[in-house]
Amino acid sequence: MVGRVIGRRRILAGAGMAALAAPGSIRAQGEAIRIGEINSYTAQPAFLQPYRNAWLLAQEQVNAAGGINGRRIETVFRDDAGRPEDAVRLAGELVNAEKVALLAGGFLSNVGLALGDFANQNKKLFVASEPLTDALVWSKGNRYTFRLRASTYMQSAMLVEEAAKLPVKRWATVAPNYEYGQSAVRWFKELLSRARPDVQFVAEQFPALGRIDAGATVQALAAANPEAIFNVTFGADLTNFVRQGSTRGLFERRRVVSLLTGEPEYLDPLGDEAPEGWIVTGYPWEQIDTPAHTPFREAYRRRWNDYPRLGSVVGYDTVMAIAALLRKSPTLETEALVDAMTGLQFQSVLGPVQFRTIDHQSTMGAFVGRTVLKNGKGAMADWRYADGKDYLPSDDVVRTLRPQA
Amino acid sequence: MATLEVQGLEKNFGGVRAVQDVSFAVGPGEMLALIGPNGAGKSTCFNMLNGQLKPDAGSVRLLGQDITGLAPRQVWRLGVGRTFQITATFGSMTVLENVQMALLSHHRRLGGLWRPVAGMEAAPARALLERLGMADQAGRPCGILAYGDLKRVELAIALANEPKLLLMDEPTAGMAPQERVSLMALTAQIARESGIAVLFTEHDMDVVFGHANRILVLDRGRLIAEGAPAAVRADPRVREVYLGSGAVTGAH
Amino acid sequence: MENLVLQALSGLASASSLFLVASGLTVIFGVSRVVNFAHGSFYMLGAYLAYTFVTQLPRGHLGFWGGVLGAALLVGLIGLVVEVLLLRRIYRAPELFQLLATFGVVLIVQELTQMVWGAQDLLGPRAPGLRGSTEVFGLRFPLYELFLIGVGPVVLGLLLLLFHRTRWGTLVRAATQDREMVGALGVNQRMLFTSVFFLGSLLAGLGGALQLPRESVNLHMDLSIITEAFVVVVVGGLGSLTGAALAALLIGELHAFGILIVPKITLVLVFLVMALVLVVRPHGLLGKPEVAARGGQGSAEPMIGPAPAALRWLALAVLALAVVVPPFLGDYAISVLTELATAVLFAASLHLIMGPGGMASFGHAAYFGLGAYGAALAAQWLGAPMLAGLALAPVAAGVFGLVFGYFCVRLSGVYAAMLTLAFAQIAWSVAFQWVEVTGGDNGILGVWPDAWAAPKLVFYYLALALCIGATLLLRRVVHAPFGYALRAQRDSALRAEAIGIDAFRTRWLGFALAAAAAGIAGGLFAYGKGSVFPTFMGIPRSVDALLMVLLGGVQTLSGPIIGALAFTGLQEQLVRLTDLWRLILGVVIVALVLFFPQGLAGAVRARWEARHGDA
Repeated sequence: MVGRVIGRRRILAGAGMAALAAPGSIRAQGEAIRIGEINSYTAQPAFLQPYRNAWLLAQEQVNAAGGINGRRIETVFRDDAGRPEDAVRLAGELVNAEKVALLAGGFLSNVGLALGDFANQNKKLFVASEPLTDALVWSKGNRYTFRLRASTYMQSAMLVEEAAKLPVKRWATVAPNYEYGQSAVRWFKELLSRARPDVQFVAEQFPALGRIDAGATVQALAAANPEAIFNVTFGADLTNFVRQGSTRGLFERRRVVSLLTGEPEYLDPLGDEAPEGWIVTGYPWEQIDTPAHTPFREAYRRRWNDYPRLGSVVGYDTVMAIAALLRKSPTLETEALVDAMTGLQFQSVLGPVQFRTIDHQSTMGAFVGRTVLKNGKGAMADWRYADGKDYLPSDDVVRTLRPQA
Repeated sequence: MATLEVQGLEKNFGGVRAVQDVSFAVGPGEMLALIGPNGAGKSTCFNMLNGQLKPDAGSVRLLGQDITGLAPRQVWRLGVGRTFQITATFGSMTVLENVQMALLSHHRRLGGLWRPVAGMEAAPARALLERLGMADQAGRPCGILAYGDLKRVELAIALANEPKLLLMDEPTAGMAPQERVSLMALTAQIARESGIAVLFTEHDMDVVFGHANRILVLDRGRLIAEGAPAAVRADPRVREVYLGSGAVTGAH
Repeated sequence: MENLVLQALSGLASASSLFLVASGLTVIFGVSRVVNFAHGSFYMLGAYLAYTFVTQLPRGHLGFWGGVLGAALLVGLIGLVVEVLLLRRIYRAPELFQLLATFGVVLIVQELTQMVWGAQDLLGPRAPGLRGSTEVFGLRFPLYELFLIGVGPVVLGLLLLLFHRTRWGTLVRAATQDREMVGALGVNQRMLFTSVFFLGSLLAGLGGALQLPRESVNLHMDLSIITEAFVVVVVGGLGSLTGAALAALLIGELHAFGILIVPKITLVLVFLVMALVLVVRPHGLLGKPEVAARGGQGSAEPMIGPAPAALRWLALAVLALAVVVPPFLGDYAISVLTELATAVLFAASLHLIMGPGGMASFGHAAYFGLGAYGAALAAQWLGAPMLAGLALAPVAAGVFGLVFGYFCVRLSGVYAAMLTLAFAQIAWSVAFQWVEVTGGDNGILGVWPDAWAAPKLVFYYLALALCIGATLLLRRVVHAPFGYALRAQRDSALRAEAIGIDAFRTRWLGFALAAAAAGIAGGLFAYGKGSVFPTFMGIPRSVDALLMVLLGGVQTLSGPIIGALAFTGLQEQLVRLTDLWRLILGVVIVALVLFFPQGLAGAVRARWEARHGDA
């Protein structure tokens, strides 16, 4: 008896589906727009959990506000486990099996580059959110790839501006031994030497990423007796470097200029051992009270009962950029999306941002300031927002850096 | 010309003189036994003959050619077959395949990457096994064979390169008495028919005195006696070495 | 001068930390011969547990040191449980099989740790009384580092006392030298193994806990320490405590001074040291040649016969499906199948070394990666068309197989495997660091197939043809005289030599052949992905290959094929299904290990033989 009833229900349900499906255009109207998102979730959980949380928050807000012309957006997340080759496979899955309209994501630079190349080959839009490598929009730049975050070059340039003002001449550098660290050091040296021909670089250290031998590294830097240090290490390497450095007095009477260290992702684990007086790029989330940022911070807090990290900003703004794109583009067809993305302007939580036509880099900036200890934890002081558009090379230079079609 | 001619062989292990000034020769078709109490240097001596150990002094000649210090595989290529005290065969292969391997190696066909082994040298391998009474075991894996049968397989392998000299280290150890006699009789017959010189060590005195044409007695690294079985049996120095054990006359 | 002294002291502190972890690993390996991947996980657990204990317990000496020792003890107990529940059941499995089980534990511990402690790095408190620094030659040196410098020798001394002055220690030493003997003495072998695991894990936990005042506790600690710990153990000589101490000292100091001269040497230094030591001393600094012959514990390796008719039909049916079905599949499914095809060849090539060859390789990804780079570099710098790139892939991999293999195949067992790892890491670091040519870690992009092969389906058929063709060729080789010669030297080196087989040459050529085959897989993989990265020859990929072979079963020819399909397929499915894929994959691996200790194909064969009688 029961079985028969269920059977009949199934048939009815089937008939209903068929009826619904019949007027195809109406149904398509309500169908969600799918975004494919790939990131190294299991390999880099500390940075990507806040990122995904904010992503979901933004998606909920967009959908609550009526979606894109009445259509909801939804995201299919994939974990590349830190392997670019897996990211490429998953990109194929998202495009071919999940039928996503565009791809987004990427934390590691090589994953970002692999996805950018995939996008170029398969003629699919890729909005890179986090990867910092300059190659993504310059030497390996292509029509289908756009990047949101301020690049290695931009953030190095922001710090060079401050470093050039310091009354020091002898610099040492320490950076993780991979592309990001090497590029950051290279740009820093090049730009600072241009601004201050009198500086010299007396030592460089390249500890293996995630496996710094902090004691020996600190000692080696101290031995060169520099007046200032440019630091690119982050995460666990940074913590170990700071601990050994402060115990051994490396930072005393020395200026330190440090990439990303003001981001809560890296500053907070240091607790009350956060270094003071470093010039850093970062994100003073608790102090930014702009009309764009405050609602974001409060909404994030309500939704996740936690404060936003920089990754949260990136995740949130990636969705907002995509939403702006979808509103602007007449269709979901890739070439139309790419055309709409080129020169796209949108309101980021950090301020107005544009994806440049010349190299597809967004003008999202970063905060530059000084680290201080406040209530037993690190914070930024005397900070300012450095707008990304002011820290990019001239168009002529960019044209030499990026292959021109 | 003697098949094997050994001159003044010596070997020391960190001050212990394992073998001192050993000289002898074996001729075609001859069965020469090398005996002596445990630790007399039999195995050391044996291992120097086929290149597993390098002698400190002395020379080994095969059919007049100096083979001192050559690697075992080179010695084998010159026509020396060898069986081991503890049998060494390829456990993951059948009896037939073990013999095929020796034949393939002899004909330098082991580099082949394409033709399956199954059909290569199968007939001559089978013939060898037939000769040693192992034909009915041809398809069994060596890994599960009885010890006595393994000894026969080893002999078949050792005969695969049509050797001029057979070196057999305790060929009948671990076999039943009846098996020992038949294996050694067979060996002697093959040696006679094919003109192979056979040098073997053995603990079983029945085997030694029943099958050897000539006997060498080694004690503490030195040759103390050499001659026909009857002469050796009567030699007082040999009796002294084996004193009390009665081993010279009976089974050990 | 003062600076150099301080540099030396820094090196000593690192050496001491390294020794603590390595000592446990070497003791465990010495007795049980288990290549314990989970040792790094125990180290990480030690750090996390110490963090919890120390922050929960009242501040002060008791709270801190009590917390550190408590964490070490608890990790010892966890190691004991893992031994009793898991490893004890698979000691009789083929060599290296236990590695698979411990890898499952690594995955499970990673996921559980993240669940319990969260993703963010944790910075533990500093040690009471050792917070500050002291003056050494007028320069500041942290007190805690001085304390660590002392801990290493003290632990070494205590362990030496334990091993030389107690009955238990004597048994451990005896077992390290000759396992059969201990069984013969009537010693309770189970208790011995379990207690050794407890001690080894405790040392790992202690090593991790003592890092608390030095480093932040994070989820990457397990894998970042395990390779270096293995290097120390192998350089010192497997099972040798004093050797491990010497090796740790050597590596710590070379590192401290090496970065003064060549700062970028950090990536590769330990592997250079290992390669040099092993080439000069095949058993490490203080190691001894293994007494027991290979596979001495189990019975003889099984025979390799023609495949039973049923298996042939099954293989044909699967192959027919692989040819007929794809046109009806979507592009993604086709790209997964392409990847499976390369995985099959990659695993089959490693199997040639591990099965018939009787060697082990922890660095097989090197040849996969060299094939990929060979093809990609030819495409990028010479503008070579795809077929030329694909033809170059096995050549590049094979040539390096010859060069690296020349050194590797002289060694035996884990030493040989670790030397392959060293060469793989050296190749990896060149690809990583030689940015001008290889693009560094950003890789080489734009390695896409020629226009005719661009459609996914066409490329799939090309990959299928090449991979299945090469796999069948390898199978053919195993049945041919050369494959028999490989098995001959594995079964009995003595007999092989005595019938004129040059064991070295046979192993060498076998190694190079396997490398070339892996190169084909790598070349195809590169064109399938469109890009090439150093990760292609990284340790994780080498481990993947090992897992495939072990999962399928070393002792059957179909093992690597089944293992590759099962492992790659499972991972592909799980990663898309759930965020907890590591946990589930780990549990599945552990379950498979427990139920099929001969590998999947081995289990099927055992069942088959039971039903149809032995061959």
